Amino acid sequence: MKLKTLLAVIFISIISLIAVNVFASAETAEPLAPVAASQVAWWVWPLALFIVTFILGILAVLGGVGGGVLFVPIVGGFFPFNLDFVRGAGLLVALAGALAAGPGLLRRNLASLRLALPVAVIASAAAIGGAMIGLALPQNTVQTLLGATILMIVVIMATAKKSDFPQVPKPDALSQSLGIMGIYREESLGKDVEWNVHRTPQGLLLFIVIGIMAGMFGLGAGWANVPVLNLLMGAPLKISIATSKFLLSITDTSAAWVYLNQGAVLPIIVVPSVVGIMLGSMVGVKILAKAKPKAIKWMVIGLLLFAGLRALLKGLGIWK
Amino acid sequence: MSTEKTKASEEQMAYAKILNIGMWLGLLILVITYAVYLSGILPSFVPIEELPKYWGLTAKEYIHELHAPTGWGWAALIGKGDYLNFVGIAALAGLTILCYLAILPILIRKKETPFVVIAIAEIAVLVLAASGILKTGGH
Repeated sequence: MKLKTLLAVIFISIISLIAVNVFASAETAEPLAPVAASQVAWWVWPLALFIVTFILGILAVLGGVGGGVLFVPIVGGFFPFNLDFVRGAGLLVALAGALAAGPGLLRRNLASLRLALPVAVIASAAAIGGAMIGLALPQNTVQTLLGATILMIVVIMATAKKSDFPQVPKPDALSQSLGIMGIYREESLGKDVEWNVHRTPQGLLLFIVIGIMAGMFGLGAGWANVPVLNLLMGAPLKISIATSKFLLSITDTSAAWVYLNQGAVLPIIVVPSVVGIMLGSMVGVKILAKAKPKAIKWMVIGLLLFAGLRALLKGLGIWK
Repeated sequence: MSTEKTKASEEQMAYAKILNIGMWLGLLILVITYAVYLSGILPSFVPIEELPKYWGLTAKEYIHELHAPTGWGWAALIGKGDYLNFVGIAALAGLTILCYLAILPILIRKKETPFVVIAIAEIAVLVLAASGILKTGGH
């Protein structure tokens, strides 16, 4: 009962904050020159950002998604900051989360360096390209594409199946020559699980697309990494999730540098967001033990659907 | 419980160690520099109360209006409260390069030639991204 109440409070809080921000940001939306600031005091925004990202951090853990994928459409859609700065902050939010999770996942041998390294070099190079494209395209185009991407993620989240231990009948030549394989302890089964991968060339090709999208929208890319590693390449689900999280620390680094060097990073947005998401994630991990993942997953999907529609309609000039 | 078979490799443990130390250090710097920024101890390049006039601009417009630095230009402005925050941000963004540099000698010693090449390629990609050489077109 307590958990239901907590989730209801979180949901109502986030909707209320969004509603407040919609009205307040209406005064500052889409400026082309230095704009007359709204009547809202400057400190309200970083504070609101901290509260919203704290809640997003909880929801991200409970919903099994990265912080960046919730952060960019929600903050981009309902706060007065330009999408350039939101995407720059989104990459740093996803990066900080990945850096924080990385050491533990590597030590427990759940994130595999042998699997991540070849994928990372391709995804991070592509992410640079994505970041440059994203910063060069007109704002409404990026906003529209972001909305379409978020709606696609909603479909993937709602329909994609996952496989705990996919069958890999024969590892491909590339993965064998690179020695991409491993053994990890599956505590739930009480035994060691050996794993291999296949379709490595196809997977690497898809990581070009994933890298470009990560850099262009500042979303992080766990939503795409996991299905490719798990369903296409055949890595066990735990290895896929952990390696994907670690992978973000490399992919998002390259794109984050491009945003940083192009002046698309504002500390007033970045720091409360990073701290808010990380604290929220810590609380989320504690709630996770008692939560019903299915109900929360649908709540996150609903939130993304709303934020994706908002981004799409904002980009098309229908809902400014 | 991990056994000899399920233990992470030497390079993976080395990567994790650097990542762990660097991440906490970076976050600490980020929080301290942000506190300095908000406290107003140091003057800001853009006064904090003026920011709402500018944060709705695109990055390109922001730079143009305020003559703000691009690339590593921020390093010359770390005496300003807002740009001081970039020390922590750059530390977090640069951490992966350090991790790769730490595992490179291990990979060389273990004669993992394909992974040595991959690690060098990754360092090159990240250094290129960090260099500020890459420029984007305008909106």
